[in-house]
Amino acid sequence: MTEIYEIAIVGSGPAGASAAARAAQLGVSHVLLERTDHLSDTIFKYQRGKYVMATPDNLPLQSDLRFEADTRENILGWWDDGMEQFGVNVKFNAEVTGVEGEKGDFTITTAAGETVKAKHVIMAIGLQGNLRQLDASSIPGADNGLTEYQLDDPADYWDKDVIVIGAGDAAIENAVALAQNDNRVTIVNRKREFARAKSGNISLILTAIKDELLECAYNASPVKVNDNSMVLKTPEGERVVPADRVIARLGAIAPRGFVEAAGGVFEDGADYPRVNEIYESDRPGVFIIGALAGYPLIKHCMNQGYEVVHTIIGDPVESIVRQELAKKFTIIPGFTDVQSMLERIKANVPLFQGLTLLQLGEFMLDADIHFRKPGETFMEKDEAGDSLFVIHEGGVEIPVTPEMIFRLDQGAFFGEMGLIMGRRRTATVMADRSGQGAVCIEIPRTAALKLIASSPQAKKVMDDTAILRQLQTFLSPDLTADDLREVIDAAIPKTYSRGETLIEEGDQGDSLYVIRSGSCTVSRKVGASDVVLAYVPAGQFVGEMALLYHQTRSASVRANVPTEAVELDGALFRSLLDANPKLRAVVDAKARERAEENQKQGDDDISRKIEFMTSVGLGEATNAIVIDEDLCVRCDYCEKACADTHDGVSRLDRASGPTYANIHVPISCRHCEQPHCMADCPPNALQRDPDGAVYVNETCIGCGNCERNCPYDAIKMSALPEPKGGLFSWLLFGGKFGPGEAAKPKKSKENKEMSRKCDLCRDVDGGPSCVKACPTGAVIRMGPEELFKRIREGA
Amino acid sequence: MSAHTSFLAHERFKWFKLSAWLCLICIVIYSWYSPIGGRNGGTWVGYGLGGLGLLMILWLSWLGVKKRGFAQGNHTIRGWTSAHVYLGLSLIIIATLHTGFEFGWNVHTLAYVLMMTVILSGGFGVFAYLRYPRKMSENMSGASASGLRKEMSDLDVRLQRLAQRLPDSFAEAARLSIESTKVGGGFFKLLGGSSRSCGSARGRDIAREQAASLIDPDQQSVATEMVSTLSRKAEIASRLRKDLSFKAMMDVWLWLHVPMTLGLIASLAAHVLIVFFYW
Repeated sequence: MTEIYEIAIVGSGPAGASAAARAAQLGVSHVLLERTDHLSDTIFKYQRGKYVMATPDNLPLQSDLRFEADTRENILGWWDDGMEQFGVNVKFNAEVTGVEGEKGDFTITTAAGETVKAKHVIMAIGLQGNLRQLDASSIPGADNGLTEYQLDDPADYWDKDVIVIGAGDAAIENAVALAQNDNRVTIVNRKREFARAKSGNISLILTAIKDELLECAYNASPVKVNDNSMVLKTPEGERVVPADRVIARLGAIAPRGFVEAAGGVFEDGADYPRVNEIYESDRPGVFIIGALAGYPLIKHCMNQGYEVVHTIIGDPVESIVRQELAKKFTIIPGFTDVQSMLERIKANVPLFQGLTLLQLGEFMLDADIHFRKPGETFMEKDEAGDSLFVIHEGGVEIPVTPEMIFRLDQGAFFGEMGLIMGRRRTATVMADRSGQGAVCIEIPRTAALKLIASSPQAKKVMDDTAILRQLQTFLSPDLTADDLREVIDAAIPKTYSRGETLIEEGDQGDSLYVIRSGSCTVSRKVGASDVVLAYVPAGQFVGEMALLYHQTRSASVRANVPTEAVELDGALFRSLLDANPKLRAVVDAKARERAEENQKQGDDDISRKIEFMTSVGLGEATNAIVIDEDLCVRCDYCEKACADTHDGVSRLDRASGPTYANIHVPISCRHCEQPHCMADCPPNALQRDPDGAVYVNETCIGCGNCERNCPYDAIKMSALPEPKGGLFSWLLFGGKFGPGEAAKPKKSKENKEMSRKCDLCRDVDGGPSCVKACPTGAVIRMGPEELFKRIREGA
Repeated sequence: MSAHTSFLAHERFKWFKLSAWLCLICIVIYSWYSPIGGRNGGTWVGYGLGGLGLLMILWLSWLGVKKRGFAQGNHTIRGWTSAHVYLGLSLIIIATLHTGFEFGWNVHTLAYVLMMTVILSGGFGVFAYLRYPRKMSENMSGASASGLRKEMSDLDVRLQRLAQRLPDSFAEAARLSIESTKVGGGFFKLLGGSSRSCGSARGRDIAREQAASLIDPDQQSVATEMVSTLSRKAEIASRLRKDLSFKAMMDVWLWLHVPMTLGLIASLAAHVLIVFFYW
């Protein structure tokens, strides 16, 4: 009689291998079935030398196998070693074709006709075994051997015509790597843009297209594959593109038929089979983990492999996520166990309603939990900060004025202005002075953005509250959610790209716009040209004149930078004002103030200067360097001071950058409200400190995403130059490089090219060195509001 | 633009006011103190003024070190420059009073003369710093020197292409422009910034002359493009020369100011030594 294994594991990827290793370590009888003749085929097929990330960073690994961010080769090596060391029972070349039977007695058949018996089955086959392919019935020649669905090593091709089909990460990485190896590459994108890929890869491919490193056929689809060319259907008609090789990267899907036969159930529209909290499928005894269960990250897969083995043998472990959470939760008064705490959090906080407990648990890993005694603060006014706070227990007070105190209770959140608008904290928040203290969950920016992106419910709660808060801040804190309910329900969120018009002068509209992020300029036509009247930062509203006085739009409002605004219905808002004379008085006063301000700024010269500065993107800056060329003696001491303060590499290019009249905006970081560079940093090395400086910490891996993402060229990848002697050794003994000068950096294995950018001299006393070092006062560094104010007042 | 504050106006002219007061006080003390034997450097007031002047000179020279000590301390170099300018100017009064208006052919007067040279060259420096930055901006009107140099080399490529489509007589114009459009050079060339012998300007004149004798309308239009390309290049070269010349004007005084300061300190050492040990 054949042996009945306790556990049969199908697939030896990260999830399967980790499960097998655990079973072997525990001495549980097991068999690992692998379709190919090597372990972990998905990783095996990665591009040679590919650097594999270990995200999410804060998720600890719980597995017998080693895994951390490293190259494909090293990772595969660790796993091979691990399997051998633990004595894992692997059957190679065993492609599973069917799983029959029930819990305690499964029969697994392979393509070779072998059968294996097991009490439990772990399905960890991932998705990559089932790559989407070109359909030879609709695309003749797709099966003629020219097309491959994988690129093992870009170095296999040199001086060849290669067509890459697809617009995802794999397609982009392959296309760029091939082009860099001197192949003539055409990437075929069915859509008119690259949207599906990681933003780092999007900028990578766009730069490559712009630099003509490769060609892109947009809105194109394959029609036919010939012996050494391919016919593409493009908007301009059919086109024949020469090809020595076609590489189609069309993604992968769950092998539905097979999974269903094994007992998995796909809900309507779902891409993955349904599993419960212990990863068991609808058929008892069959567990589904890893990418097949919808967890594409390697670390998740490995942790699940470990956990599921323990579950099967009846010795469940608290998942490592929960162990970490337990440590965090201990400061919450009344904490007993993680499960009930998660349930409590979910019940208390409307923002988390849309998450499953599994998602919430993982999400909480990123969060910090703070307990404050009555009167102690969670945040201070004017502090820079971009995290979101959610009140888990107790209440908080927000003193707007000494008399006017705002209160928020359990489940509410605060700090969203910093998060959405990238602005400094608008108020101090402290634990309720009359209560028992408060517990708040602090969610860092990236996690909060992920939450908003992944849960429509969270986004709606967030948006509505943000509008309410903005109206309260700028109109009257007395307004309640009930007063504004109608207005908020009818509000339309809108996004504008740079230069797009919110309001056109002379138009009839009467709606009011609340600027949520970005900034705008208000301008009026004088003669043939537009004269800029004002700069409107996020948090303010525009359009009140037409609304109040029933006139046509008196000025145009345009977005300086990508801007989000909320359009409020004019009629609804007016009826709100009519019902509330006090409020009407507030809005009237604001409108008068602005009308007066607008008249003051009729000066043409100032208007042009402000227009110039917003046109070069200072509108989204929080701290930008601006040089008065009438004072600048071109001594470059600003650059030298920068280099001297920062390991010999200047983060400022004084001579470059746009100039208008005497205003010069050199190339240097502006510390944007919503930093483009922070958008896609794999190790999260770009950080914002409490003073608002965006800086790179020591975890930078030198990938260059930030350099590509910065629209202002303010980030440079560079190694460090040799250290040199001080000022006096130069004065006395001479030397090639004086103060602020350095040799050209030579990159090496130890001295890698890393991201170098302005950090506002956060480690130095007295502010930025560039400003301090200027002998004539030509260099200043400040935010646009302060800058424009000074320019206006100076006139 | 008043978002910026010039070194002269630093902290509402704090150093100007301070220096003016200092001069006034020195003048009052000098006039009030009338010793037997007349006013001179050897009286107590004389020693006082001399000591003050010496300390000030040493402190003023320290700017050269200070401005290279980047990122140290919580002060701006603008403040130091401001103090440097106004206190430096006040030395004219303080040191002159110290002499008691006694001059002669000796090391003491040498020190005085060196000091005045340093101050006057510094005065020119202030003038240059006020005048040339604006001139430079106007001259470049928003372009950068590296951008213009890049454009010049692009124009060279175009000139060669155009010359190939025209009769040989145009080749000389292109060659002149490509080979002898010099920007920069020696000390006087740099300071002068003149474009009189610019190869591109000469090339343009030749091309213009040659164009008049062309008959084929196609060639004429190519020749017009050639003339405009040469004009553009001459224009750029002239701007770059002016740019360098303005920059040189802002630097040239330092070649006097700094060595003279070192000379001044040396002669001051001699002056003090002689006064106290050999008088």
